[in-house]
Amino acid sequence: MLFLTYLINGISLGSVYAIIALGYTMVYGIAKMLNFAHGDVIMIGAYIIFFMIYKFNLPILLSIIISILICLLLGIIIERLAYKPLRKASSLSVLITAIGVSYLLQNLAQLFWTSSNKIFPNIISNGSFSFGSISISYLTIITILVCLLIMLVLTLFVNKTKIGMAMRAVSEDKDAARLMGINVDRTISITFAIGSGLAAIASALFCAAYPAVYPTLGSMPGIKAFTAAVFGGIGSIPGALVGGIMLGIIETLSKAYISTQLSDAIVFAILIIVLLIKPTGLLGRKVNEKV
Amino acid sequence: MPEKKLVLQANKLGIDFGGLTAVNNFNFKIYEGEICGLIGPNGAGKTTIFNLLTKVYEASRGEIVLNDKVLSKVSTFEVNKLGIARTFQNIRLFNQMSVEENVLTAMNNDTDYSLFDSFFRTKKFYDQENQKHEKAMELLRIFNLDKDADSLASSLPYGGQRRLEIARALATNPSLLLLDEPAAGMNESETLELMNTIKKVRDTFNIAILLIEHDMKFVMGICERITVLNYGQILAVGTPEEIKNNPKVIEAYLGGA
Repeated sequence: MLFLTYLINGISLGSVYAIIALGYTMVYGIAKMLNFAHGDVIMIGAYIIFFMIYKFNLPILLSIIISILICLLLGIIIERLAYKPLRKASSLSVLITAIGVSYLLQNLAQLFWTSSNKIFPNIISNGSFSFGSISISYLTIITILVCLLIMLVLTLFVNKTKIGMAMRAVSEDKDAARLMGINVDRTISITFAIGSGLAAIASALFCAAYPAVYPTLGSMPGIKAFTAAVFGGIGSIPGALVGGIMLGIIETLSKAYISTQLSDAIVFAILIIVLLIKPTGLLGRKVNEKV
Repeated sequence: MPEKKLVLQANKLGIDFGGLTAVNNFNFKIYEGEICGLIGPNGAGKTTIFNLLTKVYEASRGEIVLNDKVLSKVSTFEVNKLGIARTFQNIRLFNQMSVEENVLTAMNNDTDYSLFDSFFRTKKFYDQENQKHEKAMELLRIFNLDKDADSLASSLPYGGQRRLEIARALATNPSLLLLDEPAAGMNESETLELMNTIKKVRDTFNIAILLIEHDMKFVMGICERITVLNYGQILAVGTPEEIKNNPKVIEAYLGGA
C-alpha cells in the first residue's frame, strides 16, 4: 500500500514538472530555442505570490492570479528584449543569451530580495483524504487536477482556436506561415506568454510542496522539467505530460526505495538510456530537415 | 472593352547579395485576370523576384506598387494581407495538419472573433467558423481535394500536395497569385489538369497569376504574356508566339535544349 502512496506522490510531483515542461516544449516547438530562463520565471512567480500574500495581505487565489499575469508579461518582455533581436542569429547565440537572462533574473532577485530563504505561505490546507490505508494530501490531489485541467485547456487551445492553429503552422514552417498572412512575431510572443503564465502556476504548486523561496529556486525544477520535456519528446505537448509524470514517478520511487541522494542521478541516467534508444524522446516526431 | 485594373507594378527593381547583383532593373506590370510567365535558365533570378515581391528579401533598388499602394516598410505577413499569395518551389505545406486545416490556417485573418468567443463557442464564433469551413470546402472542391479534407496534408500524393499549396495560397484572398514551378514533378496528364485548374481559378476569382515554370509546353499553353530573365536582367517580354521566335531567347535559353 505504501507503494501506491509513493506512486500518487510521484504523479503529483511529475504534474508540476509537466506544467513547467510545457513552457519549455511550446517555446521550443515554435521558436526552436531552449529558453533556459524559464526556470527563473518560476522563481519570480514564487516571490510575487510571497509578497502579495505577506506584504499586501491579498487573498491566496488573487495573489496567484496576479503572479500569473506578471509572469505572463515578464515572458513577453524577455522575448522582446533578449530573443527577438536574435531571430536570425545562430542557435548557439540564442542559447547563451538564454543562460545570460537566467543569471540576470537570479542576480536581480538576490539584489532586491537577498539570498536568504523566505518561508512560502501555506496556500493549500494540510488535510488529506484517506482511502483505506492510503492517505493522500489535498495538495497532491489539487496538483494532479490542475495539471490535467491545464493539459485539457491547452490541447483544446492548440487544436481548436485560430491562434492555436497559427502556432502549429509557425512551429512547422515559419516562412510559409508568414507568407500565409500569419503574424509570426506575435505568435511567438503569445507562446512565451502562455509558457510563463504556466510557470507561475507551477511556482504556486511547487512552493506549496517545498515551502522555501530563494533566488536559485527555479534552477532544479527548471532542469528537471527540461529533462522531462526532452524525455517525452521536445516540441510535443502530450510528451511534456508523459515525460513530466514519468520523471516524477521515477524520482519519488528511487527516493523511497533506493537512495535519496542518488535519486537525481537515477533520473538522469534513465534519461540518457531513453535518448540512446529513442533520440527524439518518447513521443517525439522525427523531424525531416528541410533543405 | 473596359480598362483592366493594374494589380502589380515593379519599377527598376534590383537586389544585390554582397557584391553580386542577383536581379537588376526589373520592370513588370500585371493586370487583373492575366496569367503571366516568368522563365529563364537556372539562376536567372526568378525565385529571387518572388522573394522580392513578397518581401522575404528587401530590394536594394526600385519600388513595388500593389493595387496603387507602394510597398515600402511592410513585413511579409502584411504583404500577404495586402494581396500577394504564393506557393513554393519545394512543397512547404503544414504537414502535421489536415488538408482542411492547411486552408483554414491561411484564412486566419478572415475572422474577428476573440479568444473569449472561441473558448465559449459563441454564436459569432460558430457563424464565422461555418463560413470559413464552407469557403475552405469550396476551394478544396475546385482542386478536387474535398474528399481528403480530413487527411493529413503529408498523406496526399505529390500532385495533390501541389494542388493543396495553391488552394492554401488562394485562401488568403490574394489579388496576385505567385506560383513557383507548379507543374514540377507532375506527369503529362496531371500537368494538363493543372493547366485547366489554373485557368479556372483565374476565371472564378478574376485574379492576376504570375508563374515560374520550366515546362515550356505548360508555359506556352497557359500564359498570355511571358517575361524572360537571364543573369538577373530582362531579356525579352512578349506573347508565347513572340518569345518562341525571339532569336535572343532561343540563343540564351531554348537554343541549348
